[in-house]
Amino acid sequence: MNFNATLIGQSITFLVFVWFCMKFIWPPIMNALAERKAKIAEGLAAADRGKHEQELAKKRATETLQEAKQQAAEIIHRAEKRAADIVDEAKHDAVEEGNRVKAAAQAEIEQEVNRARETLRGQVVEIATAGAARILKRELDASANDELIKDLVTRI
Amino acid sequence: MSAAPETSAEYIKHHLTNLTFGKFPEGHEHAGHWGFAHSMQDAASFGFWSVNVDSMLFSIALGLFFIWIFRKAAKTATAGVPGSWQNFVEWVIEFIDDSVRGSFSGKNMLVAPLALTIFMWIFFMNLMDLIPVDWFPAVAGLLGVGHLKIVPSTDPNITFGLSLSVFALVLFYSVKIKGPGGFAGELTLMPFQTNNKIVQALFIPVNFLLEGVTLISKPVSLSLRLFGNMYAGEMIFILIALMYGGGVVLGAFGGLLQLGWAIFHILIITLQAFIFMTLTIVYLDMASQEHH
Repeated sequence: MNFNATLIGQSITFLVFVWFCMKFIWPPIMNALAERKAKIAEGLAAADRGKHEQELAKKRATETLQEAKQQAAEIIHRAEKRAADIVDEAKHDAVEEGNRVKAAAQAEIEQEVNRARETLRGQVVEIATAGAARILKRELDASANDELIKDLVTRI
Repeated sequence: MSAAPETSAEYIKHHLTNLTFGKFPEGHEHAGHWGFAHSMQDAASFGFWSVNVDSMLFSIALGLFFIWIFRKAAKTATAGVPGSWQNFVEWVIEFIDDSVRGSFSGKNMLVAPLALTIFMWIFFMNLMDLIPVDWFPAVAGLLGVGHLKIVPSTDPNITFGLSLSVFALVLFYSVKIKGPGGFAGELTLMPFQTNNKIVQALFIPVNFLLEGVTLISKPVSLSLRLFGNMYAGEMIFILIALMYGGGVVLGAFGGLLQLGWAIFHILIITLQAFIFMTLTIVYLDMASQEHH
């Protein structure tokens, strides 16, 4: 064991290496490590958030689906009701139309009857007048019996 | 075995001699000239102003290797998906960072990089121990280099260079954080304390002696532990290598022993690097703590 200047050389070398390490090796690597740590933490948080959001979306989707189902059921129900209404209305309309047609036909028949009656009445008056004229031609003046005939006509 | 035929003692001595460069002293055949030592005696005669070229060269090369591979990862470090190399470097750095956070309570930008440098550098220096002991010296011998020790941490100059630097940092932070008075008080007013002023004054030299020993023992134990472990490990590898000269059966047995010792040594070199780093952190933590 002889000590010599190697001691001094080694000490200087050592301090230079430590200085270099402190300046150019340790900080960049530690920075990279810290940065990566932050990045990983961020990623984990984002994943958690995503999971939570997915759950929410799932819940929302279920709700929407249920709502849609309900709406569809309602729409079908309404449509059915409407269809029933339409059928009812149509039935009603048809009955009314039938009634109307029947009433019109009846009115026409009545009119025809009346007209026929008028015609008949006129003809009866003529016949009666002619008959009466024939009967009374000799004895009675036509004008004197006019009143009697008129009375007869109204009674027909 | 190395190039020249030699006895076991010579072989071992050869492997334990550093390649030392220095000035030959008076009385030597090369007196007054600068040159490489030819033996342990030569190296010792150089005195302080000489350099163990092999230790310096290998420790600097290994330190640069550490700096290079980690700088490569640091340059491309991003928060994105890491490559396999970056992943490994980050794993090492997180391990160091955890150790520092566990042992060091204060806030200091120096401690973690210091710990990383110590750990990786010592690990690489120790790792050289796993290279078969004759490979590098044999090649160096062919190139005309007489001695070569490739494991820097078996050179006490290297381990003391590290531990004394750490010790300097400990003293620096002690004075900086506790203040000169606080540091002096810590050295003289503990562990024996009393309310009597006169007795307390008498305790000062005793306390100083105890605390001084405690303080000095930190760098000494730090470096000697590493040096001792690595030196002993190296010695065992050399002894095992001696068996290769003893015939086929002994050689095969030696091969088995070397494999076993190398596997066990992987644990030791990592452990020693880790212990050096942890104790450095602990010493610096003690230096940065205010005593009450």
